[in-house]
Amino acid sequence: MAQSIAKEFTKGLWAELPPFRLVLGLCPVLAVTQSVENGIGMGLATTFVLICSNFLVSLLRTVIPAKVRIACYIVIIATFVTIVELLMQAFTYELFLKLGIFIPLIVVNCIVLGRAEAFAGKNPPHLAIADGLGMGVGFTLSLGALGAVRESLGAGTILGNPVFGPDFQPFTFMVQAPGAFVCLGLMLCMMNLIGKK
Amino acid sequence: MTDYFVLAISCIFVNNILLAQFLGNCPFLGTSKKMETATGMSMAVVFVLVLAGLITWVTNNFLLKPLNIEYLRTLSFILVIASLVQFVEMFLKKSIPALYAGLGIFLPLITTNCAVMGACLINIKEDYTFVQAAVASFSYAVGFGLALVLFAGLRERINIARVPQPLQDTSLGLVTAGMIALSFYAFKGMV
Repeated sequence: MAQSIAKEFTKGLWAELPPFRLVLGLCPVLAVTQSVENGIGMGLATTFVLICSNFLVSLLRTVIPAKVRIACYIVIIATFVTIVELLMQAFTYELFLKLGIFIPLIVVNCIVLGRAEAFAGKNPPHLAIADGLGMGVGFTLSLGALGAVRESLGAGTILGNPVFGPDFQPFTFMVQAPGAFVCLGLMLCMMNLIGKK
Repeated sequence: MTDYFVLAISCIFVNNILLAQFLGNCPFLGTSKKMETATGMSMAVVFVLVLAGLITWVTNNFLLKPLNIEYLRTLSFILVIASLVQFVEMFLKKSIPALYAGLGIFLPLITTNCAVMGACLINIKEDYTFVQAAVASFSYAVGFGLALVLFAGLRERINIARVPQPLQDTSLGLVTAGMIALSFYAFKGMV
């Protein structure tokens, strides 16, 4: 049993790494990764929602009728998103302001609904939690990595600390909208290169 | 009148919902491989976004605000949008079968399209009046359609070209989207 839990957990880290392999949930990936801090904050919020919703969906999988399952999933997810929203407003207000409408938009993040539909609705709770945790960690790491590339090139800092010394001319293109697309595209290309070997 | 015109221009070009606000990127990449699916998706979004924008505005100002339960906004908006989409689907199937045949498969996808939910939330956040919300919703949807159709046209061309293997498909799609975003970025100084 421990083996299958580990398997469900690790597949989210590489084989099915959400934003790159599944190409799902791209909106927050592009929008909040101007800095490492924003990226990781968003990733953690999504991870929390993923684990909780996966757990509850999996517990209720025999109760929910197949016909209205999507609507039920959405209500479950929206409940947890509201909880995250209120928690962040209370404890990390600055981050809450920076992420703005992207916190309520976790509701329509395809990864969360996708995992509920593709995995949690068919598997027992312990596997569903492992799956949610794996996907969430993978998502957080991807956001952090993209945030690191964009922040270091675009502003010359990582987590607010300068990395290239005082003479560095920030490459502002990277922190602006077009840079997000190009940067993610090139990272995906690199993933494909590494994955093929 | 000029105010509404400026609002429309700013929503279509300057704050384009796909390329500047990063909302609705999943269908942007998912339905842009063929021109047909791109136009179908754009029309469905125009249709639903305008209705959703108006209904969520009413929900927010006449239901959530008076009862002081604005913390339920996320939950109520997604329910409103999901049931609206379901209703529109049934209505079209019964009364306008020709339009349903065109939009049919795209309608269910719209529930999880964050462009719709995002635009509704922006309308509330910016404190728009009812008419402003209507103009903004319509313009956002037009901006979505414009970007999606442009992108689909480019992608159809790129598919014929020989592209290095690791760059194929989504990867090059994203870089192309970046280039389109760059051209929309030029509108930034306008409004």
